[in-house]
Amino acid sequence: MEQKYTRSIRWKDELHRKWFLFSRNKLTLVGFAIVILILLLAVFAPFLTPYADHADIFIDYANASQAPSLQHLCGTDVFGRDILTRILFSLRSALSMALLVLSIAVPVGVMLGLLAGYLRGTIVDTIIMRVTDVFLSVPPILLALAIAAVMEANMTNTMLAVTIMWWPWYCRVVYSMASSLRSENYVISAELMGASRGHILFREILPGCLSPVFTKMALDVGWVILIGATLNYVGLGVQDGAPSLGQMLSDGVSYMPEYWWMTIFPSLAIAIIILGFNLFGDGLRDALSKGDQET
Amino acid sequence: MRDDIILSLRDVKTYFPVESSREKLYVRALDGVSLDVRRGEVLGLVGESGSGKSTLAYTVMGINRLTAGSIRLDGVSLDQPYQRRPQALKRQLQIVFQDPASALNPNQTIHQILSLPLKLFRKDLRGDQLTREVVRLLEMVQLPPSFMYKAPGSIGGGERQMVCIARAMACAPAFLILDEPTSALDVSIQAKVINMLMRFRREREMTYLFITHDLSLMRNIADRIVILYLGKVCEVADTLTFFTNPLHPYTQMLLSAIPVVSEEEEALRPQRVESVGEIPSPVHIPTGCSFHLRCPFKQEICTQIDPVEREVEPGHIVRCHLCDGSAATAEQ
Repeated sequence: MEQKYTRSIRWKDELHRKWFLFSRNKLTLVGFAIVILILLLAVFAPFLTPYADHADIFIDYANASQAPSLQHLCGTDVFGRDILTRILFSLRSALSMALLVLSIAVPVGVMLGLLAGYLRGTIVDTIIMRVTDVFLSVPPILLALAIAAVMEANMTNTMLAVTIMWWPWYCRVVYSMASSLRSENYVISAELMGASRGHILFREILPGCLSPVFTKMALDVGWVILIGATLNYVGLGVQDGAPSLGQMLSDGVSYMPEYWWMTIFPSLAIAIIILGFNLFGDGLRDALSKGDQET
Repeated sequence: MRDDIILSLRDVKTYFPVESSREKLYVRALDGVSLDVRRGEVLGLVGESGSGKSTLAYTVMGINRLTAGSIRLDGVSLDQPYQRRPQALKRQLQIVFQDPASALNPNQTIHQILSLPLKLFRKDLRGDQLTREVVRLLEMVQLPPSFMYKAPGSIGGGERQMVCIARAMACAPAFLILDEPTSALDVSIQAKVINMLMRFRREREMTYLFITHDLSLMRNIADRIVILYLGKVCEVADTLTFFTNPLHPYTQMLLSAIPVVSEEEEALRPQRVESVGEIPSPVHIPTGCSFHLRCPFKQEICTQIDPVEREVEPGHIVRCHLCDGSAATAEQ
């Protein structure tokens, strides 16, 4: 009983200290607030707008291309759909895309980087890291375009394209950490006792590699959304009716500058998302890396 | 008893290639070391920085690759790197590193760190039993049970070294290498750590290879002392002989460099041999006797021929041209 108590105390202290390091920078708090807000907006989108059906195929030429007003805070598009509603719903697809891409790219990148770093100097290291280099040497947008062009241009293929160009970065980050940690005395100590390879990789080395991974993930949510929007903008990953920020931009841009709201508000949304996740990620890096230096 | 050898090194060489040079050069960190460690003794391994003390430890542990020669623990070959050694052998042979900060994983709790050897070597332990055993290990090194859930970063340097020692003890090794276990610690804690190590050795009948450059410490705890210079053994003697009748000029130089605090110690000090120069690079080892550049008694032969190890009296080995049997008696 007493042991559980001491353990929880330690966790609280640790969390408290991390929060202090994290919240010291006011901009970080702004970023954190934006991230939370985006998540809430995406989750509760149907309840926040009276025009929930505008998120799908919907035509109301009577209200087409209206300027921002009290009824339509961000105006309407050429089909008469409320732009604010479509932005809110597009957050859902943008976030779920980021989530899907990262939930594949991060484990793959981390595992390969860990393995290559641990087996530094062997053939496994060479193979993994040269393959990584090949993927990194191809301009990401081009690769995504190529994949989307060869295959059907739908949401799944867009995400596949983004995932393929994303994992090498995690591989590199973890590789550099793991290859230096593997010669630390504490890793050698565990090996000298005969600990299994799984223990060495996942218990001794991996935890030390995670803080840059978490930081990068926070930053990358914003970037994946931007890349996704870019691909949508050039017409990839379009699904009929479902709103996406990139497609709203490309639709709206042909009506500039008369119907400026069709372009400006989706652009603002993208900018705020990127800004929020970047500030959040920077704060996370400060909190995690300073914590490491003290231990 | 006297000849019960637990660890023996025969002409052990450990070379590291120098990468930046065009011709093939090697750092000759260990250049033919032969050494026997008797069961149950504390063997002090002494030398300046760069003499190859730690390389010797790492080579025995299998962290460094053995270039030539052979190492045997209880007759079992230790020539292969540690990854390829059988599990039973890993348990027999453990090491305590110099810097306890880097020897403990900062991302784990003390509980996790200490339970690793328990899980590996006592597979019957589960849950509460495991925790009880961790507490027992902590109590053994006089740390409170609450330390279990601390991270290594939040405890002191001496306490960290205690945890390292407890971890090594959890393997119940027969042979423990201590690589300057106290040199990163405060003086006040050093004595506590040393006393604890000596108590464990008595209780568990272990053998220690104690690496240090602190000769005063060796006088108190070592049974025998080995002096290493540029990857070669200079002198081996039991502790009493070592301090009363040091024969190698290098040993005399080291002994006369110890600061003394009492007259009793002053009396033990050999006639003053001034410490000159520094240890040469192990890439370009001098011809002849490797010590001749700094030796005050240098003669013609020293610059040309490398001396061989000679047993000048039982158990007292010296590697010096000037210290054949006759010279030894002359010194006395």
